Amino acid sequence: MMTVSNSNASLLDVRNLTIDLPRGADRPFAVEDLTFTLERGEILCVVGESGSGKSMTAHAVMGLLPKAVKVSSGGIRHDGTDVLSLPERDQRALRGGRIAMIFQEPMTALNPLMRVGDQIDEVLRYHTTLDRAARRARVVELLASVGLPEPDQLRRSYPFRLSGGQRQRVMIAMALAVEPDVLIADEPTTALDVTTQKQILELIRDIQVKRRMGVMFITHDFGVVAEIAHRVAVMQKGKLVEIGPAAEVLNRPQHPYTRQLIAAVPHLIEHREAFGDERKPVLTAEKVCKTFHIGGGFFAPSRKVVAGNALSLTIRQGETVGLVGESGSGKSTLGRSIVGLIKPDSGRIMFEGVDLLSLSRTAFRPYRRHVQMVFQDPYASLNPRHTVGDIITQGPVAFGEDRGRALEKAKALLKLVGLDASAAERFPHEFSGGQRQRISIARALALEPKLLIADEPVSALDVSVQAQVLDLLEDLRHRLNLSMLFITHDLRIAAQICDTIAVMQKGSIVEIGPARDVFGNPQHAYTRQLLDAIPGKGWTIPEDVMSTGRHGAALRTSA
Amino acid sequence: MPRIAVFISQRLVKAVFVVLAIAVFNFFLVHAAPGDPAAVMAGEAGAADAKFVEQLRQQFGLDRPLYEQLGTYMGKVVQADLGYSYRQQRPVFDLLMDRLPVTLSLTLTSFVLALIGGVALGTLAAMRAGTWSDTAITVVGLTAYATPIFWIGLMLILLFSVNLGWLPAFGTESIGAGYTGWAALMDRVEHLVLPVVTLGLFYMAVYTRLTRASILEVRDMDFVKTARAKGLPEWRIVSVHILRNAILPVITVAGFQAGHLIGGSILIETVFALPGIGRLAFEAVLQRDYQVLLGIFLLTSVVVVIFNLLTDLIYSLVDPRIEVAP
Amino acid sequence: MTAAVITPSRRGSGFWRAFARNKGAVLGLAFLLLIVLMAIFADVLFPTSPWDMTAAPFEPPFSEDALLGSDTLGRDIAAGIAHGARVSLLIGLTSTAVAVLIGVCLGAVSGFYGGWVDDAVMRFTELFQTIPNFVLAVVLVAIFTPSLTSIVLAIAIVSWPPLARLARGEFMSLRSREFVQAAVTTGQSNLTIIWRQILPNSLSPIIVSASLMVATAILLESSLSFLGLGDPNLMSWGYMVGAARTVIRQAWWMSFFPGIAILLTVLALNLVGEGLNDALNPKLARKGRA
Repeated sequence: MMTVSNSNASLLDVRNLTIDLPRGADRPFAVEDLTFTLERGEILCVVGESGSGKSMTAHAVMGLLPKAVKVSSGGIRHDGTDVLSLPERDQRALRGGRIAMIFQEPMTALNPLMRVGDQIDEVLRYHTTLDRAARRARVVELLASVGLPEPDQLRRSYPFRLSGGQRQRVMIAMALAVEPDVLIADEPTTALDVTTQKQILELIRDIQVKRRMGVMFITHDFGVVAEIAHRVAVMQKGKLVEIGPAAEVLNRPQHPYTRQLIAAVPHLIEHREAFGDERKPVLTAEKVCKTFHIGGGFFAPSRKVVAGNALSLTIRQGETVGLVGESGSGKSTLGRSIVGLIKPDSGRIMFEGVDLLSLSRTAFRPYRRHVQMVFQDPYASLNPRHTVGDIITQGPVAFGEDRGRALEKAKALLKLVGLDASAAERFPHEFSGGQRQRISIARALALEPKLLIADEPVSALDVSVQAQVLDLLEDLRHRLNLSMLFITHDLRIAAQICDTIAVMQKGSIVEIGPARDVFGNPQHAYTRQLLDAIPGKGWTIPEDVMSTGRHGAALRTSA
Repeated sequence: MPRIAVFISQRLVKAVFVVLAIAVFNFFLVHAAPGDPAAVMAGEAGAADAKFVEQLRQQFGLDRPLYEQLGTYMGKVVQADLGYSYRQQRPVFDLLMDRLPVTLSLTLTSFVLALIGGVALGTLAAMRAGTWSDTAITVVGLTAYATPIFWIGLMLILLFSVNLGWLPAFGTESIGAGYTGWAALMDRVEHLVLPVVTLGLFYMAVYTRLTRASILEVRDMDFVKTARAKGLPEWRIVSVHILRNAILPVITVAGFQAGHLIGGSILIETVFALPGIGRLAFEAVLQRDYQVLLGIFLLTSVVVVIFNLLTDLIYSLVDPRIEVAP
Repeated sequence: MTAAVITPSRRGSGFWRAFARNKGAVLGLAFLLLIVLMAIFADVLFPTSPWDMTAAPFEPPFSEDALLGSDTLGRDIAAGIAHGARVSLLIGLTSTAVAVLIGVCLGAVSGFYGGWVDDAVMRFTELFQTIPNFVLAVVLVAIFTPSLTSIVLAIAIVSWPPLARLARGEFMSLRSREFVQAAVTTGQSNLTIIWRQILPNSLSPIIVSASLMVATAILLESSLSFLGLGDPNLMSWGYMVGAARTVIRQAWWMSFFPGIAILLTVLALNLVGEGLNDALNPKLARKGRA
């Protein structure tokens, strides 16, 4: 099954690769004149923001480009053989045989109707001559080798029974089935929680060392790069702007784009002073409980998910409280309970001496304007059929303000969040993700709230845009003396913007305290585990890059 | 309880409720019919004098309060008593049972034909999306989807029976031909060809469209990319990964359309003079025989409910995630 | 992987351009206009009643006094088709309008409020979806005696469930979208949210379904009148085919031409529906194509 390798050639040699995009796209090439190599036994990280062409490159190597997209010039050699000119049959033997790939979204990358063991078995059937019993033994061995428990049972499970991390392990087992010499990993940890990400990164590094594979690891996260890369290639708009050893690129980046990206990486260093207790509380949550019941019917009992177990916290005047935790920890549930989108089962949420939870719909309404929310997805949070002006003024108009006056105020707000006043006449689809998030913030501010709930407001954005939106929020809260509940899964971001941190796990707040204490001297085991899982914590962003890059980013507020 | 058992028993309970609800609905339809039911019945029996009407009213409990009548009616339905047809001088249930086999054989054969043909053609079209064979299948499908089935039936009769003389046009067998054994069977099959094709054509068009759309959607999913990355041959990607996932929505719609298929048999049996439930419905319409019509309504609903149960069962065998389904 | 490299055109002139890109849809629209004109000017084209004898019985097509032939009683087939267009279009449109009204209201309430309201409405919808729809239509029209009103209502009653499910799905998914939640947190009332935020965004799939439903309604109407359940005072295409059924051996044209009229009208409506789908749901439509 393995051919003798031509030991002089690079494992993967991409030379002057240009990939055309179909007509009507926003640029002519997906990838332009790209040259790099991947050697045996190394991890090459390809870094770039969305649309940089990093995924396209990986798909070209695999021969998986969409039909409308074609390689127009250049070549890809694997172990000396020109991949692009191979007949389809030999390309198939290469795919899954000598070059394997894992994808970003483990939830959708496995066939939902097929047992995971059978999906691995398929690779063995088409790339080896093993008989059924030997294949079964190999499947069990592979599942065990990626650290899955009870492989003999798990083999017979359907994907929907497995967690995201488990599915990604199955994908890795499948990729390793016939011991390929190249593994292409396309953002394999982006959809996973930090603690799972850490485990998967360790697994990939382990396997890579053990089998002396070449790994092409695609990511947008410099933390991950610092964690595993031997060499780094940085791509921008289809072009390679910088390539070199990891230590060089991370600590002495040359190209301005690389410097800008690195400067935008959230980092753990800006620990604030503890926020004093003397200011008056704006909102106090007391023992808020919420349990969701999922499914159920005549015969099947419903499944219970505890999203809130006696949650208590206080937000003071001008304070930013960070609520951090992994997906499913219940952090959004608390935020949504405060703005009245979810009705908790019990507990009190005190705002200006009134328990919001005890109020009827109509009695609650006047309080809505004091607590506003910024949502996660900039593409889903603005009504595509209304103008930006309408979107911002709808709130004030609903509270009885004159439309003309509201529009004047909306224009002022747009300027405040770094957009042009003329944006009011345009529709949301004319704006980029970062700009939309600014509009979203303007909408929340239009009601002059005392408290802002920000639910993962930057997690859908590219890193450089992320930094700008965070800067804006930081600036606004000082200028307007806002209190804020900042919900995020990313501890680095929380560290940058929050005074107080509450760590949530499985519906409970396990630790709460000043940011400096929580990060500097974590008390709870889970907090330590989370901190330990932050990728690239051993790497400090170079000072000079910090100052220059950051400044450059702040100037371009309209991205 | 194993999950499949839970799922099936949930569906069974639901099916029973659906049948009961339809029976109640049926009861109110009888009462919503214009005119006094007793007078209508008397008219059907051919005697309309006031004394007879009064006698009927007492006999059928029509002078009792509505809820009591409902109770009596439901009691009878449970015992398969669907009333008496004065026109035909027979209990409605017996009439229906006589006619059921023809209708079932017509609809089931058409359904199987439509499903197999539709899935095959839809797959072909999707795999060659954008080529002339895709266009041809799409155009023929669109046309079949737009054609009234009673008219297709008439046109097929015109072509294959009147002009070419290849196939018989009416009935289920050649009357007076005296065929036996194999010949008799072939004679019956020949009589079924045109009706089955006519009824099946429309639904074949439906399943073709559906399969094509579903495959095009599944084709772009992540797990298909995974299968490609594994280096599997194209036929295996199509048959194991794409088709199995694409077939699920087709099963769902096929289940929903069982009712339409039975409705279509009214038209087909009328056109081809087949002695089935549909033909009975047509006769009942002509004679304004409401007892029979409502009996047909209830029976066809029950058939559809049973059919839906079967599709649920098939679905639960194909899709391991049934607990996720509503 | 290439996020947002293709920017879809939206609203205004973009709509017509997207619609016109579908050749079949334009053809369908043109033919439909023709049918509408024929229905409007039926009295001018064929001034005598379609029920009156104007030629000898059983005249074949292209004869002097009957372009498409005459029927058993010497009535002009062409006149019948022109007048029948009125009935088909009238019933198709009104019954769809009624079905949309029922379906969208139920679906909206169900999807917006969720919980037990949703449960109740959906059980009710499922019940109606289980009942064999054509059988129910036949029963309803037969019991309430055939008339324009009873036919329209019967067709509407058997057609609304798919629309209710569609509207429910749209409302449900939009209800949990962030821009609707933002409307809740900025204090807008339920009515404003349904009317201004959700409805405009759920309209395009509903319009597409409704246009396809007109086609189905015309087929249903023709099937009913084929069985003799049409309004006895109105000439309709289905009735003409039904009346010709027994004389198919002698006079093929009697059933052929009215059937062609139904086929082409329904086909045109389906094509227009697909064109609307392409123009209104560009993302879905692209999936449906190569």
